Amino acid sequence: MNAKVMQLSGINQMLLAASKLKSLNWAEVPGQLFKSLGIPLLAVVIFGVLWGAVAAQIDTSLGKVPGPAKVWEQATTLYQEHQTERERESKFYERQEKRNVKKLAENPDAKVRIRPYTGPPTFFDQIWTSVYTVATGFLLASLIAIPIGIVCGLSTTLYKALNPIIQTLKPVSPLAWLPIVTIIVSAVYITDDPMFEKSFLTSAITVMLCCMWPTIINTTVGVSNIDKDLVNVSRVLRLGWFSNVFKIVIPSSIPMMFAGLRVSLGIGWMVLIAAEMLAQNPGLGKFVWDEFQNGSSDSLARIMVAVLTIGLIGFLLDRMMLLLQRMVSWDKTATIR
Amino acid sequence: MSIKHLELSHLSIEFPTPAGPFRALEDVNLDIEKGEFVSLIGHSGCGKSTVLNIVAGLYQATKGGVILDGKEVNEPAPDRAVVFQNHSLLPWLTAYENVELAVKQVFKGKKTKHEMREWIEHNLELVHMEHAMHKRPGEISGGMKQRVGIARALAMEPKVLLMDEPFGALDALTRAHMQDSLIEIQARLNNTVIMITHDVDEAVLLSDRIVMMTNGPAATIGEVLTIDLPRPRERVKMANDPRYNYYRAEVLKFLYERQKNPQSDTKSQTSEKNVDEKASSTNKQDEEAA
Repeated sequence: MNAKVMQLSGINQMLLAASKLKSLNWAEVPGQLFKSLGIPLLAVVIFGVLWGAVAAQIDTSLGKVPGPAKVWEQATTLYQEHQTERERESKFYERQEKRNVKKLAENPDAKVRIRPYTGPPTFFDQIWTSVYTVATGFLLASLIAIPIGIVCGLSTTLYKALNPIIQTLKPVSPLAWLPIVTIIVSAVYITDDPMFEKSFLTSAITVMLCCMWPTIINTTVGVSNIDKDLVNVSRVLRLGWFSNVFKIVIPSSIPMMFAGLRVSLGIGWMVLIAAEMLAQNPGLGKFVWDEFQNGSSDSLARIMVAVLTIGLIGFLLDRMMLLLQRMVSWDKTATIR
Repeated sequence: MSIKHLELSHLSIEFPTPAGPFRALEDVNLDIEKGEFVSLIGHSGCGKSTVLNIVAGLYQATKGGVILDGKEVNEPAPDRAVVFQNHSLLPWLTAYENVELAVKQVFKGKKTKHEMREWIEHNLELVHMEHAMHKRPGEISGGMKQRVGIARALAMEPKVLLMDEPFGALDALTRAHMQDSLIEIQARLNNTVIMITHDVDEAVLLSDRIVMMTNGPAATIGEVLTIDLPRPRERVKMANDPRYNYYRAEVLKFLYERQKNPQSDTKSQTSEKNVDEKASSTNKQDEEAA
């Protein structure tokens, strides 16, 4: 398993390259290094320079548009703020612990309460909230979309019945779903001891509603396009409905299914940020909105840190899906990008 | 009257088309004995595959029916295993797992796990695939895939083995090799086989009877040729056997004189010419022999 992950993630190739290093023609090394590392790096540098040059030309109500240097500065500031907050938190718990110990020493029967720390969420807390929310929404969407896609692919009647509904709901913007979801969640989700925050549920459900469509459609197409010979094999063997689905249908439509899942996760991530902004749910979207409302001279730079972070996390999520897709795909010769 | 093993009785089939029903087969009658090897030969589109699919239960005849050991065939089942033209192995399973899927389905509750494993390995050995049984279809050659396809069909212990142009997608040398393997397997197991083929040599070399079909629409059986050649048959010896060449010529005459390919003037001209040349050379040989 470990070896497989290494191979799929390209670590093996790096190791292989490293072992080849000894027998390498040293004259070629700089050229190859330039191709694999230098070119992307050069592109980033050019992008940064252009960004800096253009940004310096634009005056806004919050001062000049920040260039890369300013954004980097704010990124470190955000990190420091996170560190300080964590320190405060651990100190808070330390004090609480000491107080409690003291209390118990004076009176062993005393009731000791442990209060949670209630500092403001830092940038990194917001990242975690967003990732957690999108993962929940995406998982819910997949759990609903894959079975629907499979039955739609297997039955033309069901496909014809559901297709108009799917096609109508698919293009709906997350911003249109949000009010409905918010109101329904507040109406239905009433408990004294809530397991989840309402805002978390609202965001996750909105993500789910928006990102299940590509998976449904791709799974349907994948299932309905199974090689006719394989369908006949299944018929000759008289496989039962479940055997047929799990041994023939799902494996053969897995490549299409995962292509859909990847698109879904990408959409889910985009939707989440929008939902958080509009609904004031905690997360990166709220961070952006708060900074926008704050309107200090650092705000633009801090928003840009968030933008880059959103992009990077989206990229990482996609890579993760790609890795998963390669692991489950039986067609190892296919190039999956 | 003895009970027939496999009986195709008055088979007719119509397919609905926008221009009204299309009659593909008309009154096909054929009795096949146990252990008999029957080839179906005819031009493309003459309904050979349709006959096979009806026997397999994948299609339903509009009129008439198929009776196997006294029971009518209505749906596909493992007692009529099919070897498809394009191997149709599950690409995500190894050769062993592909056969295993069939064995588990057919012998569920009848064989122990250990017996199943032995049976799977036995069948893969039968087609000489024991060295690559843990490879996936993508990692083995076309001929090897077809071997696994045959092993899977044989492992179902079918009453009738149905082969739809099993070697059609293979190159000539591999095909010859596969035919020899099939002769060897047939000598050991003595299965009842219906095979569709385009290849006259293949038909004569392997069959007990060759069923020649007329051109569609409304195709039916034109002629049935009994191949009375001793077994085991060896390819090289057969090449000089006058009886072999006689049978060969008979089939060619049927295909290219009485049943001219409806498309022979257009796209398949070149391949047709080749066969015609071969045919004329055998005819000459025949004359010389006479």
